[in-house]
Amino acid sequence: MTDIMNPQTAQVIEDAPDEPRRLVSAMAFIDRWGVLFLVLLMGALSFLAQPDVFLSERNIFNIFRQNSFYAMLALGQFIVIVTAGIDLSVGSVMALSMMSVAVLADAGWAWPIVLATPFLVGLAAGTVNGLGLTKLHMPHPFIMTLGMMFIARGITNLISGGVPISGLPDEVRFWGAEDLSVLGLNVPVSLLVVIITYAIAWVFLEHSRSGRHIYAIGGNPHAARVSGVGVDRTLVLAYALCGLLAGFAGLLYAGRTNSGFPAAGTGDELTAISAVIIGGASFFGGRGTVLGAFAGVLVIGMLRNLLNLSGVPSFWQQVAIGVVIIAVVAFDVFRRRIAAQV
Amino acid sequence: MTTGPSPEPPTAAPLAPLDVSSAASASPSIEARSISKNFGHVTALRDVNLKLYQGEVLGVVGDNGAGKSTLMKVLSGVHPASSGQMFVDGHEVRYSSPRDARALGIEMVYQDLALAGNMRIDENIFLGREMTRRIGPIRLVDHKANQSQAMAHLDKLRIHVKSVAQRVEELSGGQRQAVAIARATAFDAKVVIMDEPTAALAVKEVAKVLDMIKDLRHHGIGVILISHRLDDIFTVCDRVMALYHGRNFAEAPLTDIERNDVVGWIMGNRSGQGVPADLDRN
Repeated sequence: MTDIMNPQTAQVIEDAPDEPRRLVSAMAFIDRWGVLFLVLLMGALSFLAQPDVFLSERNIFNIFRQNSFYAMLALGQFIVIVTAGIDLSVGSVMALSMMSVAVLADAGWAWPIVLATPFLVGLAAGTVNGLGLTKLHMPHPFIMTLGMMFIARGITNLISGGVPISGLPDEVRFWGAEDLSVLGLNVPVSLLVVIITYAIAWVFLEHSRSGRHIYAIGGNPHAARVSGVGVDRTLVLAYALCGLLAGFAGLLYAGRTNSGFPAAGTGDELTAISAVIIGGASFFGGRGTVLGAFAGVLVIGMLRNLLNLSGVPSFWQQVAIGVVIIAVVAFDVFRRRIAAQV
Repeated sequence: MTTGPSPEPPTAAPLAPLDVSSAASASPSIEARSISKNFGHVTALRDVNLKLYQGEVLGVVGDNGAGKSTLMKVLSGVHPASSGQMFVDGHEVRYSSPRDARALGIEMVYQDLALAGNMRIDENIFLGREMTRRIGPIRLVDHKANQSQAMAHLDKLRIHVKSVAQRVEELSGGQRQAVAIARATAFDAKVVIMDEPTAALAVKEVAKVLDMIKDLRHHGIGVILISHRLDDIFTVCDRVMALYHGRNFAEAPLTDIERNDVVGWIMGNRSGQGVPADLDRN
């Protein structure tokens, strides 16, 4: 490092004046923790509405079990959205992975192969998304992944003949339907798997070079490129990971439902995107945390749970989720405008 | 490449190494010889020469479209030259990316600064060159080491920030410029190319950036400064060269010229000194 010491000149580039700092840091606090308040709020509402049922071990773990595959989809989607991208194919790729599991199991393949398949299928689809985006110079990831959405759904129908298959080996069901006894609680395996996967993703995104480069690309791709970051390579990695996690979601979903059905995950890419956005990630990239994405999944899951327990028809759930998305983002925009004024 | 009347190398113009480099007959830190750059049928640069010695500040002026930015992008590895040679410390070099150029100590401060606003100051300074530590089989970014190194480097540049953990988007324009300069000088830079570093700054901040340039010179770093502001040029530069329609037009040590000469060069008037006699305007 060059020694830069020149006693004749001194640059003091001052900080901005201190006065608006408090408001800014309050905003930063909401930015960071707001979605957790939303989770607590949903919990409080659920408790008030259904005090006997909501906090039961069974109900809480049911929420996690039902939403574990959403959590995987949302995590992958989150990684891609941090690069300022989007992946519309995760629902179809999940279905393809799930169907591959069912078809291979049905054909009597050994369980290690059956278990490895969804990961390989997801990884392959995600890698194709990433390569297509970067090598074919697609104008926007929307287009590449829209194409993959149809391709994966089509192959799902092709390999299954459009017919569901049910009855899967125990080794598959274990991941989606079984419980493990942890500290006297029967914790769903899928919840443990989700927690471990999120922890690994957190370490990757916050503490690996590639993870930091994913954030840098989302913040300013030009800066990343001229700084020597392999932008294309990193993008392919992000989409490949997203596909891998969609494959994992397919395994969890197959395990929970003990089946593979070709219409699985239709529209779930939008649920995953919703969870990520509710969780505080920016559509313009570079912003958000895995914890936020997880909280976004919980908000949607608890909302559904609350409405289910209260006997509200499922069509109203769709309306409610739509309202929550708009409300959360509108509040976020409002908050940023306030922050920009100070 | 056209084969029009090839001008004499305009380096025949007064180009005697200035005080810093005259002590030793050192090679220039960076030298471009007869660089041409075509974009399709458009010739952006034609047989352009440039020399920069250690600890020298070279101002590059010219009208919009004169080729300043293209020349800087060639020097910094963003665009490969269509023809011509480049030398670093007297050795011929070829590079095809900013990464290669940075490995040779050629750094660029972009006009838009090329900072990621969502990242911390230290992450911007070390983006693409993060220090890591090994934990078993995996390699993780050593955030602590990066932050302390960044802080130490900013201290050396006497740039004071509240904390290197601030996101760059929270900084003022002058502070951002300082972070961009800190990034360019964080690893043994020989040459720092700055594209309009003062264009977006408040008056008070301009002086600070110019002081930083003087500081870099003081420590033997060569600086190429592109600026529209003659005040900048006349405050910090040792030598100024003008491009006109993609060619060398004129150059001279700053002590030999006045503002009006430089204004004339930008407009394509050769009233000043150091203009190659046979170099005609297009």
